[in-house]
Amino acid sequence: MNKIEKDLLLAVSDLHQIPAGAYNIRQNGKGIDKKNTANIEIVSKKDKSGIDIIIKPNTINESVHIPVIITESGIKDVVYNDFYIGDNSDILIVAGCGIHNPDKNSSEHNGIHTFHIGKNAKVKYVEKHLGVGQSGEKILNPITEVYLDNGSYMLMETTQLGGVSYSQRKTIAEVSDNAKLVIKEKILTSENQQANTNFDVLLTGQNSSCEVTSRSVAKGQSIQEFISKVTGNNLCFGHVECDAIIMDNSKIISTPEIVANCVDANLVHEAAIGKIAGEQIIKLMSLGLTEKEAEDMIIQGFLK
Amino acid sequence: MLKLDNVCYSVNENGKQKDILKNINLEIGDNETVVITGHNGSGKSTLMKIIMGIIPVSSGKIYFDGVNITNMTITNRAKLGISYAFQTPVRFKGLTVKDLLTSANNSNLKVMDVCNYLSKVGLCARDYIDRELDDSLSGGELKRIEIATTLARNAKLNMFDEPEAGIDLWSFEGLISAFNENKQKNGGANLIISHQEKILNIADKIVVMDNSKISMYGKKDEILPNLNSKRYCSRLQGDYYE
Ligand SMILES: Nc1ncnc2c1ncn2[C@@H]1O[C@H](COP(=O)(O)OP(=O)(O)O)[C@@H](O)[C@H]1O
Ligand SMILES: [Mg+2]
Repeated sequence: MNKIEKDLLLAVSDLHQIPAGAYNIRQNGKGIDKKNTANIEIVSKKDKSGIDIIIKPNTINESVHIPVIITESGIKDVVYNDFYIGDNSDILIVAGCGIHNPDKNSSEHNGIHTFHIGKNAKVKYVEKHLGVGQSGEKILNPITEVYLDNGSYMLMETTQLGGVSYSQRKTIAEVSDNAKLVIKEKILTSENQQANTNFDVLLTGQNSSCEVTSRSVAKGQSIQEFISKVTGNNLCFGHVECDAIIMDNSKIISTPEIVANCVDANLVHEAAIGKIAGEQIIKLMSLGLTEKEAEDMIIQGFLK
Repeated sequence: MLKLDNVCYSVNENGKQKDILKNINLEIGDNETVVITGHNGSGKSTLMKIIMGIIPVSSGKIYFDGVNITNMTITNRAKLGISYAFQTPVRFKGLTVKDLLTSANNSNLKVMDVCNYLSKVGLCARDYIDRELDDSLSGGELKRIEIATTLARNAKLNMFDEPEAGIDLWSFEGLISAFNENKQKNGGANLIISHQEKILNIADKIVVMDNSKISMYGKKDEILPNLNSKRYCSRLQGDYYE
């Protein structure tokens, strides 16, 4: 791998070297390297591009890395990844896509991920998106479907911190009895970028819960749209919180929807959009930072 | 070190001029602690904001070590060596106590240094160093962190706007010794807004503000007896016990 490829891989998956656990590395629409472990099997799909990731029950403290990098201009990559996570497992999954577009044609990655999370299993899913390089558009459209079986837990951390021209994120989840879904999203857009996020969480199980937290910053002429819908069909708890900083000439649309179909559904939605508080800038300037440095520090902290 | 030459500040309120500071003349020498006291609304905080450059003077001049800083930005005044603890500290989502102290100090503070500043304001450093400066901190905690941040700048002129708010008596001694330490440093000086007797007592000079003006200004021993007289005491009570 050359330096650009290594840097991309590092940025989206924190990989400094070949990971210890199972992995599958995909570059420019093709799998280039993969490894199974005793408990984790990665199988290439026969009918379409993508992989099945099968994790045996009771697999504890193991990890799967499935980074995707695109280093050519004019690529349109579509991939289907299905995760089957066995009961009682405790797993870290790191995905993510980095596009280094070396030219002016657009490059695009559409990752369709489905998670079947077994009873009492725990999953931490980390996904980072990044775009760098020349003028060609960098497009990322992730679709994530999550099915949480009884007593299971998923923490999903998604980060898109710059350089992605257009993204359309769709996340659908169904949460069963005593299961919990936690989603933490961070987005930074600038220039003419556009980022759309759409969460649709169904709390079907008794005592099911979800917590969605979104923090975003929009700069330049960028546009962000955030739609979240949480439906409670049972005794359940749902909390959605979106907090956005708006700057320059950007635009942010935040649309909350909470639907209770059961008298014991407890659903909360909080949304706030605002510019950086003037007093925050002034405080940091009084510590010797310039206005620009103050702004950067505030944004960096906010998205940390 | 600092000289205010006929500083005035007025705003336009419903088409009428409202004077907030009138003809302020004040000089703070090296190694001096000057305490400003006076009623709420007399213009004390406004004066500090003017010195820091947060609000501009309407007329008059400000000199720092002989340099005319009247039109200088906040950033440049900070770099010259002015540090300011706000009356009402600012909250930041996501930034930690360590982040703030580190940028205040403009160097990569070691954990031990951060702890050192926090302990000066009576905070157990271990519990606070990684805390976020968000709504999870109480007003008193935030106030102490604000003071620690100001101390961490190692500036020549340290300004504190009502530092006693939120500081319990137990921590008071530490605070007082931090103020004294400041002014013993090479040419350091303190400008403190306070109504607290213990702080008034460490002053070299006291400024009393009343109704946008300096009504009294002089050595502590000259001013303090006047403040203790019935007339001023009763008028300051409102501030004391709010
Ligand atoms: N921008 C402004 N517009 C109108 N009135 C102001 C403005 N800034 C300060 N003031 C008023 O000036 C007075 C002095 O305020 P301040 O300096 O905060 O007083 P202190 O700190 O002595 O309590 C107050 O009456 C305040 O309401
Ligand atoms: Mg005040």
